Amino acid sequence: MSLTDLEAEASVPPASEVPGGRKIEGRSPWQLAWARLRQDKAAMISLVVIILLVAMALLAPLIAKWAGYEPDFGDRKFGVTDDGLPVGPNGHHYLGTDRLGRDILVRAVYGARVSLLVGLLSTALAVILGVIIGATAGYYGGAVDTILARFMDVTLSFPYLLFAIALAAAFGASTPLTIFVITFFSFASIGRIVRGQVLQIKEREFIEAARSLGAGNVRIMFIDVIPNLIAPVTVLGSMTIPTAIIFESTLSFLGAGTDPRTPSWGNMLADATESYTVAWWTLFIPALFLLITTLAFNILGDAVRDALDPRSERLFAAQKANRKKRK
Amino acid sequence: MFRFLIRRILFGVLVLWIVTLGVFILFFATSKDPAARFAGKSATPATLALVRHRLGLDDPLPVQYWHFVARLLRGDLGYSFATQSPVTTMIKGALPASLSLILGAAVLWLAAGIVAGVISATRARTLLDRGITLTVLVGISMPAFIVGLTLSYVLAVKLQIFPQTGFIPIQDNPVQWFQHLILPWITLALLQSAIYTRLTRGSLLDVLGEDYIRTARAKGLPERRVIYRHGLRSALTPVVTQAGVDIGVLIGGTLVTETVFGLQGIGQMTVQSLTNGDLPVIMGVVLIAAFFVVLGNLAVDIAYSFLDPRVRLS
Repeated sequence: MSLTDLEAEASVPPASEVPGGRKIEGRSPWQLAWARLRQDKAAMISLVVIILLVAMALLAPLIAKWAGYEPDFGDRKFGVTDDGLPVGPNGHHYLGTDRLGRDILVRAVYGARVSLLVGLLSTALAVILGVIIGATAGYYGGAVDTILARFMDVTLSFPYLLFAIALAAAFGASTPLTIFVITFFSFASIGRIVRGQVLQIKEREFIEAARSLGAGNVRIMFIDVIPNLIAPVTVLGSMTIPTAIIFESTLSFLGAGTDPRTPSWGNMLADATESYTVAWWTLFIPALFLLITTLAFNILGDAVRDALDPRSERLFAAQKANRKKRK
Repeated sequence: MFRFLIRRILFGVLVLWIVTLGVFILFFATSKDPAARFAGKSATPATLALVRHRLGLDDPLPVQYWHFVARLLRGDLGYSFATQSPVTTMIKGALPASLSLILGAAVLWLAAGIVAGVISATRARTLLDRGITLTVLVGISMPAFIVGLTLSYVLAVKLQIFPQTGFIPIQDNPVQWFQHLILPWITLALLQSAIYTRLTRGSLLDVLGEDYIRTARAKGLPERRVIYRHGLRSALTPVVTQAGVDIGVLIGGTLVTETVFGLQGIGQMTVQSLTNGDLPVIMGVVLIAAFFVVLGNLAVDIAYSFLDPRVRLS
């Protein structure tokens, strides 16, 4: 019998078994979670909104063609008033222009590309880094744990915007630097929770079983520990995306994020500080895009957490409501 | 107790040392000519030579680092090349605006967060709790600068109830000081109170599950007394200590609010220095901010060890 077979027999099947590979009788935890998630109307609306946003970002050039303006094109003819002020929403520019006569709709659509790219990529990197460092700290314990846990605590306690500015001052603001900064200041909160989970998991019997069968540390970590982290990490990841998007827009707003010429929501809002007193649309339209995006991700993230946790409060409330109805 | 304190202080010193090392590497060791960075874009060769001499840039890196730390210990953060004044003087000048903002906002967010958190926890899983939870979610989804700009547009630009920007020192005119700070306070407090609502709710729910709460109820105390005298008192310990840490972190961390409302505090000074490429100021603010973070954490650790004997033993 191979080691894997023995481990499979010895260990409780992890909560993360993805269906498809082998036939499963009954429903897997993931199917159950999806069934719960599907009943959550707010979450489903958020999911549709997110899919639309992604589609909008991917189709940005087509939307620009339809609107008739390039994102960087300053329209001197229809885009600014005779006094050089931005024009409001009208037949030429559906959502108005900024102070350089650039089309707000087209720029906002292109801005979705930057926000989503930075948000998703830095979240992915933060999750990977957080899981590796958190799992290492929790699994090995002792001095390794002290150093890594302390390191994460220190990272979490620092004013990250200030450090982002210091980095931007030293290296010049750019999109890759923005992604690096967001990753660096996001991984610790993931890592800390992962560490806590691993501390619990490593005391369980199936880890002892794997060890007594001769499995090494690395094997136990990747085969037995990390698969059990997939549920909490999914939740953490979905909660990190909106934070990362806000982070990017804030950095760009302060001039420490993406290149100021890039059409990103943060840059548009930074630009709007010059014009919002006379042209509300320069402020509220990119703000609305940003708000809808982060709210959709936040609501979905909350719902995913509830769906993955069978003891969730929402379920509790639903059961209570049902009981009342029956009475 | 004593050993615990010594350990915490040593750890704080260690963190500060790591920060100075990081800052030194970032600003001195990663550049071919740090003098050019510290003298500004429009510096003459004579200024460059002076800066190079003053910073001792011809020495080997370890020696440079030693001098760097020595200057810091003397309280010398260098000179801004935009204003030609010492960075320490600039920070001292900007501190009143930042402190006014942070302390006022802290009062607001603690009040709002604790009240909302208590309501949310004592009426857990009711419609009111759901409403508060949703508001918190919206609060967390909103970047501070959008809140600030929206408030500024509606209440300052359109309705003209409050002044749009600027800071008036309290000793000059307390009424105007207050008027100029209301919108910044609300802006800063809104996001924070969302976080504190969550914190209070979670903490109080935990405490209300404890045995001694059951005992209090069993001996017939009115529910009000159980929640406020027995429950809230211990539930607030993590909330108040978190406030200590946050106030430390916010010194140098209120860049957005200060920029939106032109408060001329440390945050806005930093953002302007980024635009001007004024590195000595940014470096100075980072070091000062790190100092306050460590100080805030230390204060909280000490307070905690007095309040909760279990901490000392761990």
